[in-house]
Amino acid sequence: MKNIIIEKTGFFLITMCIAITGLFLALLIYFIVSNGINVLSFEFLTQPPKNSMTAGGVAPAIVGSFYLTVGAVIVALPLGLACAIYLNEYSPKGLVASAIRISVNNLAGVPSVVFGLFGLAFFVKFLGFGISILSGSLTLAILILPAIISTSQEALSAVPNSIREASLALGATHSQTIRKAVLPCAFSAILTGVILSIARAAGETAPILFTAAAFYKRDYPDSIFSETMALPYHIYALMTEGTSPDKQVAIAYGCALILLLIVLVISAGAIVLRNKYRRQNA
Amino acid sequence: MFSFKERAIKFIFSCLAFSCLLFLLAIVVILFWQGAPLFSYMDFSQFFFGKSWYPTSQPPEFGIFPLISGSLIVTLGAMVVCVPLGIGSALYIYELSGPNSKKILKPIVEILGSIPSIVFGFFALTIAAPAIQQFFNIPTGLCALTASIILGIMAIPTITSISEDALSFVPNSFREASYALGANKFQTLFKVTIPAAASGISTSVILGMSRIVGETMTVLMVSGGAAVITSSFFSPVRPMTATIAAEMGEAAFGSLHYQALFAIALVLFMTTLVFNVIAERISQKYALKLGANR
Repeated sequence: MKNIIIEKTGFFLITMCIAITGLFLALLIYFIVSNGINVLSFEFLTQPPKNSMTAGGVAPAIVGSFYLTVGAVIVALPLGLACAIYLNEYSPKGLVASAIRISVNNLAGVPSVVFGLFGLAFFVKFLGFGISILSGSLTLAILILPAIISTSQEALSAVPNSIREASLALGATHSQTIRKAVLPCAFSAILTGVILSIARAAGETAPILFTAAAFYKRDYPDSIFSETMALPYHIYALMTEGTSPDKQVAIAYGCALILLLIVLVISAGAIVLRNKYRRQNA
Repeated sequence: MFSFKERAIKFIFSCLAFSCLLFLLAIVVILFWQGAPLFSYMDFSQFFFGKSWYPTSQPPEFGIFPLISGSLIVTLGAMVVCVPLGIGSALYIYELSGPNSKKILKPIVEILGSIPSIVFGFFALTIAAPAIQQFFNIPTGLCALTASIILGIMAIPTITSISEDALSFVPNSFREASYALGANKFQTLFKVTIPAAASGISTSVILGMSRIVGETMTVLMVSGGAAVITSSFFSPVRPMTATIAAEMGEAAFGSLHYQALFAIALVLFMTTLVFNVIAERISQKYALKLGANR
């Protein structure tokens, strides 16, 4: 009898844990959606801000975020994938390989603001790119590089050796085997990792704080050397700067909703893709 | 000819991999290069244990003890929130949810983990802080308590998904043996499954902690920003990450203030590095322990 009571109470407490967690997160999403939905409109998504940030849309911020994210992926994807291929297919036990493995493992947990400082010192000042889309993209690229390397490497190492051996036995060279046999097998797993990194890059604020972001710019960015507005930074700026908080909060709700939607949709897509792929392989 | 092409391709890949490595190492080099000169101005103990952070006064003071204490108190508070809720949620998903709801809950937890920190910060600033201010009847809602609660919630998905993975790695034979001995579900969970997954669960807690310590935007927006030493959850604090984010914009390039902020980044870097190494050690041990049984 006593055991049954303990079991029931224990399981009740566990259920409460997930209920409280769910409640908190539901509240967050509810408040952002219910306050943000009124602000969203076609004009909000396509117009630049007006009247010093108190009216108009946030189109330049959306475009800026898009450029920063795409730039980060353009840099990080080829580098990270090449790195993973080298690690897994060419030199799994070499000195460079183990050095990369150690640094990838340890950089994954480094706070994003530290990456931001690195970007400021290296890209903005040392290389002289200034506060620009280029600096911001490169900083974000370095931020997501460890994740891309490790997920791609995992994907490659999940490809069974029999596939490589079959390809080599048919007379294919090492590089042909990688291109035609190994990469297609690992494709969807790599894609999942990349998409999750895109979601991360799109939502990060601290790394672009000193490397790319501007609070107010009337125009769209015209080159990779110009400062840019970006959605996550725009939310922060609306809440901490400016002169008319009431109107700014409403706009910030709109931005938060857009950002939340973008990130949730991207990562949901990635996870659905991964589960489908796992089922196929199982 | 053929092998020349192959060797060329291998060479290209190794170059790319090597440049990757250079980039990753550059972070450490740059942090040291920019931060280390500070220590010709002051020594380590002044930096770590100095009780006042007045970067702009004359002469400036760069004691980061108040900032460390701010990070500590916020992290502690957040752990109180996220450890029970995160592990509890993992236990629920593992033990109590049916196969169908598990299929839905697991991805949802993961998706929630990708919510950007700025969204949490914004929510905290507009909704949570005023609510907490009213509820506890305190002068400001922007305090360590609000930051702790929000950071705790942010870390839950990390803890839950890693803990759940660890739990589901425990071989079924363990549980079956326990049931066969007459233990009920709860006893099996707490006396067999959890101990077997303990290292995975502690890894999840350490990684969650690492995320909390490094979290920037949320603490920047809601922790209140006062660089004072406090032991009260109701007073404003200023963790290390928030200090960097708030002051880097106004610190002149190459000044002492700039160097001090890099030195703080170095401290953060080292802290998360240590967490990471511990987490890795634990999970290595765990792989060895369970590996023989699978």
